[in-house]
Amino acid sequence: MNFHITALVPELFFFCIVLALMVQSLGTKEWKPPVERWLPFGSCAAFFVAITGFHLSGSMFWDVYKVDLMSQFFKIVLAFGFYVTVLNASRQPTLEEGKRADYYMLLGFSTLGLMMLSSAVELITIYLALELASYSMYAVIPLRAKDKGAAEAGIKYIMFGAVATALALYGLSYIMATQHTTYIAELMNKSWSFADQPMAVVGLSLFLGGMFFKLALFPFHFWCPDVYQGASNETAAFVATMPKMGAIVVLCRLAVLLKPGLEITTILAVLGAASMTFGNLSALVQTDLKRLLGFSSVAHAGYIMVGLVSGTPEGIGAAAFYGMAYLVMNLLVFWIVCRVASDGRNLKLSDLNGLYKKAPVLAFSLAAGAFALVGLPPTMGFMGKFFLITSAWDHGYNWLVITLVVNSAIAIYYYLSLFRHAFTEESEPSQAAPPDNGWFASAGAGMLAAAVLIIGMIPAPLFNFAINAGKTLYGITVTMAGGHH
Amino acid sequence: MLDFGYPVLTILIAFPLVAACGLFFLRAPQVVRYYTMAVSLIECLLAVPLMGFKLNADFQFVEKIDWVHQWGLQYYLGVDGISILMVLLTIAVLPLCVMCSWTYIGKREKEFHFCLLFMTSSVLGVFCALDLVLFYVFWEAMLIPMYLLIAVWGGDDRKYASLKFFLYTLAGSTLLLAAIVAFRVTGGTFSIPDLMQMNFSFRFQFWAFLAMALAFAIKVPMFPFHTWLPAAHVQAPSAGSVILAAVLLKMGTYGFLRFCLPLTPAASEYFAPMMIAISIVSILYGGAIALGQSDIKKLVAYSSVGHMGFVTLGIFLFNQRGVEGALFQMLNHGIVTGALFMMIGAVYERSHSREISKNMGLGKYLPAFMFFWGLMALASFGFPGTNGFVGEILVFIGAFQDSPYIGMFLVPGALLGAAYMFRVSLKLAWGKPSTAKAWRDLNAREWIYLTIPAVFVLWIGLAPTPFFKIIDPSIDKLLNDFDKRKVASVETEQPMQTAAAHVLSIVADNQ
Repeated sequence: MNFHITALVPELFFFCIVLALMVQSLGTKEWKPPVERWLPFGSCAAFFVAITGFHLSGSMFWDVYKVDLMSQFFKIVLAFGFYVTVLNASRQPTLEEGKRADYYMLLGFSTLGLMMLSSAVELITIYLALELASYSMYAVIPLRAKDKGAAEAGIKYIMFGAVATALALYGLSYIMATQHTTYIAELMNKSWSFADQPMAVVGLSLFLGGMFFKLALFPFHFWCPDVYQGASNETAAFVATMPKMGAIVVLCRLAVLLKPGLEITTILAVLGAASMTFGNLSALVQTDLKRLLGFSSVAHAGYIMVGLVSGTPEGIGAAAFYGMAYLVMNLLVFWIVCRVASDGRNLKLSDLNGLYKKAPVLAFSLAAGAFALVGLPPTMGFMGKFFLITSAWDHGYNWLVITLVVNSAIAIYYYLSLFRHAFTEESEPSQAAPPDNGWFASAGAGMLAAAVLIIGMIPAPLFNFAINAGKTLYGITVTMAGGHH
Repeated sequence: MLDFGYPVLTILIAFPLVAACGLFFLRAPQVVRYYTMAVSLIECLLAVPLMGFKLNADFQFVEKIDWVHQWGLQYYLGVDGISILMVLLTIAVLPLCVMCSWTYIGKREKEFHFCLLFMTSSVLGVFCALDLVLFYVFWEAMLIPMYLLIAVWGGDDRKYASLKFFLYTLAGSTLLLAAIVAFRVTGGTFSIPDLMQMNFSFRFQFWAFLAMALAFAIKVPMFPFHTWLPAAHVQAPSAGSVILAAVLLKMGTYGFLRFCLPLTPAASEYFAPMMIAISIVSILYGGAIALGQSDIKKLVAYSSVGHMGFVTLGIFLFNQRGVEGALFQMLNHGIVTGALFMMIGAVYERSHSREISKNMGLGKYLPAFMFFWGLMALASFGFPGTNGFVGEILVFIGAFQDSPYIGMFLVPGALLGAAYMFRVSLKLAWGKPSTAKAWRDLNAREWIYLTIPAVFVLWIGLAPTPFFKIIDPSIDKLLNDFDKRKVASVETEQPMQTAAAHVLSIVADNQ
């Protein structure tokens, strides 16, 4: 067994943070641990450790665990996501005082599972990492004091999750039975045509189902709007972004099996198209903000499929880039949702009325986030979508690209309504708590909005990283100097 | 490759945007107005180096920097004879817009002027971009400020109008994005000058043309995609209407000239009869509907549909006179309709109504206003000696060159223009006075912002030669290339007889 401890620095650092949280969570109720005092700094450090680990590589534990560009890209994204969620949750109003350390510990465990997921290159390891990432979510989602919806959301997530996991495991058994291996590298060389290996194709489809559940891809998305709505705003921000990164990285790794024209690729494409259309059409009629974002995430899951079906390094790079973009944009929008609902209530669209007057920075950032999710330039959402459709065009899935484009046009309506309510509607006096307009709220929103805009205008460095990560999956050697050959 | 040693186009695009950020540090509305006025005047000064434009067909003031290397994206700017007039028009309109909203805008002044400056930046970007994706970025970026201009500072029905505007134009341009990606995949580059050298198969051109033309036709707007325009114009504040009429609509016709003709020549030729037919319908329909309006702003908005019909018609005639006329009409329409909208704003500030019946009798009480209105009305329907005449007569000549039948259809269009303009002008000037007695005639600010367009109306009308010198080389090159490459495309592949046959053949191929 080859083992390089140095290649695991990001995970190990993160593991230490989780351990520390665990120790704190064991403290009694009287001993109030000052989690929020140190965790933001700790998670910020974890983010920088992940960045410094971008060049690490290696293969270990009998080659089931691979540290490569793809995994490091996602670890950086995940560490960033965790940092932002920690900051976001630090003023969570619906969490009981004694449960704070437990809350962060569970989020931390889930993130650690996702980090391991991004390095797993063998199906059983993927399955295990996925479970590690999921179990803590099952516990976190119902943590919303005195809210019946939270329990419902928790049960829904567990039930759907259990079924999806069972399906994935069942599919895994088919793959093992027919292809006699669970290593993705070896599976790459096998046939995935339905004519040759019908069982294997069925098995892979079922296995992918487990990932689709995490990604909330149609028809595995039914938990998504309900869980977003039931969970507290801060938890929803985590559920809406981080597990999706885990699913995306696995799908990116499995996408090397997919060649355009194979049945399984077509299934992905069809699911992608259905997901976009269904998600967008359902989002059109939502008035609850989190439900709207839930259905929109179903649509975004469909967009990511566009990159995966092209069967090229560019496509995988585009999907990875879009995943990152989606994380940042969504965290931005959820940041504002959490700040506007300063008492932890669920927001209606009308709660955004007159936001430009009450909290101009939040309103401006919301505009940046909403327009990024639509895919309007000059935001990273536009660049992400642009890379996706460029990668998929002319690889046999032009219809999918057109579906994406038409769907973007549909999506404009409901994203614009976020903007519309914040900027053009006047608010009526109400009893609800006013938005949190402090420097912390504004600074966080402003930084994320700046990231959305700046990466939108200068996407080249990150995109080079993503595309090189895609190339490594195909075994193409890349120079780390960047894309300027 | 900088002609001037310093990046004049980048500065022109970036300056309003950077200056707009400075607005956030200002408080008093009056200070905001003076600041924006100063910014717009400095922007005019910054445009002075453009006077070094050489009278040839090359792209000039070119700037080229790698943007996303992996995908071949470039920050690539440049202007030729077709775009430079649009750039200058955009820059010239900005101070006029600031002036005409001086007292008109009474709330959220900061944001309003921010939107104006942001808009100017993005529109300039559209006319300067030589990379398809860069073009698209600017093309879309313009939507947000325009949406806000209508939705926040507009009339009573502003929400409906702004939403309609946004959805229409954005829905159209998403297909443009698909076309842009298709060009990259087929041609291997996003650079417009490079793509202009390539011959694409007819089948490719067919679809690319349709996708692009839809986006441009919505922007122009051509019948039947015009319904957003009257709503947007009527609800928008004066400055919004002025920008919309003067520059935004030009983006559509500019798109036809810059993309459809050079990149998809065979498909342009194939679809020309349809485009010409739609243009004629636009002219007649816009004129007829304008004739029946009781709201001055709606009248001018529908007249825009008609005028822009002349432009698209000129473009799809593919002859020198037609395209020259189209370009002139683009410029003229920007000046004249912009001025008309400013005057409607001025009269609205006095009467708080845009109904013709409530604004009558101005000839006696507001003679200076009526003088400018008369001049612009004459220019609008193409009276000899005004700029409108030069553009319209060129389109007429081009049309008759192409076919007498097309020319014949234009005659009633021109007559309609005269009819509705005379009707509204007569009523405004000599109708039974309403409350006009109490109004004051033009003030100094209004004099300034109406004199400038008036000078251009007469200059272009009486001595258009300098303008011809600027645009002619580019038009020559455009049409020469068009004729050559149209033939090349046809030789490489036999064009289909009908659209239906084309679709059927694709279905057959896929089976």
